[in-house]
Amino acid sequence: MDARDLVLDGNAAAGLLQEVFSADVTAAEGTCGGCGATDLVGALVAYTQAPGLVIRCRQCEAVLIRIVTDGRRHWVDLSGLRTLQLGG
Amino acid sequence: MKRVLTWAVATVADLRAETAHVKTVVLDVPDWQGHRAGQHLDLRLTAEDGYQAQRSYSIASAADGRQVELTVERIEDGEVSPYLTEVVRSGDQLEVRGPVGGYFVWDGTSERPVLLVAGGSGVVPLMAMARQRAGERSSVPTRLIYSARSWDDVIYRDELERLGGQCDGLDVVYTLTRTQPAGWTGHTRRIDASLLSDVAWQPEDQPLTFVCGPTPFVEIVAAALVELGHDPASIKTERFGPTGG
Repeated sequence: MDARDLVLDGNAAAGLLQEVFSADVTAAEGTCGGCGATDLVGALVAYTQAPGLVIRCRQCEAVLIRIVTDGRRHWVDLSGLRTLQLGG
Repeated sequence: MKRVLTWAVATVADLRAETAHVKTVVLDVPDWQGHRAGQHLDLRLTAEDGYQAQRSYSIASAADGRQVELTVERIEDGEVSPYLTEVVRSGDQLEVRGPVGGYFVWDGTSERPVLLVAGGSGVVPLMAMARQRAGERSSVPTRLIYSARSWDDVIYRDELERLGGQCDGLDVVYTLTRTQPAGWTGHTRRIDASLLSDVAWQPEDQPLTFVCGPTPFVEIVAAALVELGHDPASIKTERFGPTGG
């Protein structure tokens, strides 16, 4: 297996994101704090096989979202995101 | 869409073999509010010792159904797919939550032509779109390009033949990349820019494009479409990994 095969889309984490935010974050627009690229979260690069969820910028690969969960509590790091635009 | 996600206990209503390795599981989900074509359902299995395995599956059924259908490919060393394809029986109960995901969806509200590109079991969410299109008697020009290893590996083969033969604007194009039946005159090579340029919509048709398959397949198809001049913003992709089983 190629490590590249593990790369999924943010859409693959839709359930966890909705569990944490109680909103459909995959259809939200995120702006990378590193390069300023803007993309729908569903289209960002997602690694779901890590100990937590890691979502990276599709342009510069900066880490935008990290979520680690122990089943009861979620630890959420959004420090790589400049903005997140939710709603219609 | 339900904002707060909660797990519900679904009951297996029916099981259908699609190919030698692929099965459709039909679920009765209590208080199902409906879904959009392309959305997922999360499924969770709990072992007697409390160990849990969770997967996100594309919903195969059209958006209007009261039941929810998942089509699952058996991954040999997977944790969840062997259970769903070999062990589960009608009447069994499974924990599910959803629908989730509003990015890779087709609502049928646009008149723009639709391009669906499937690699293997990546056809599942695209089939939900084709079924929704048929159910709504939509005439939106739609092309499904489906790459499978062999004719026997084509999921939903009979239904696709029927839907593609209705002359309502849905064209289904196959490429069989490993083995072909005797007398096969269709495509046999992996999807690349040249094949897409022959059978896909042209960039000036401004199609809405949905690509689903294993990660390397999606990367190649998306890059080829951009190379041909398609607008990246109109190409939605869904990759599935090798350990999703």
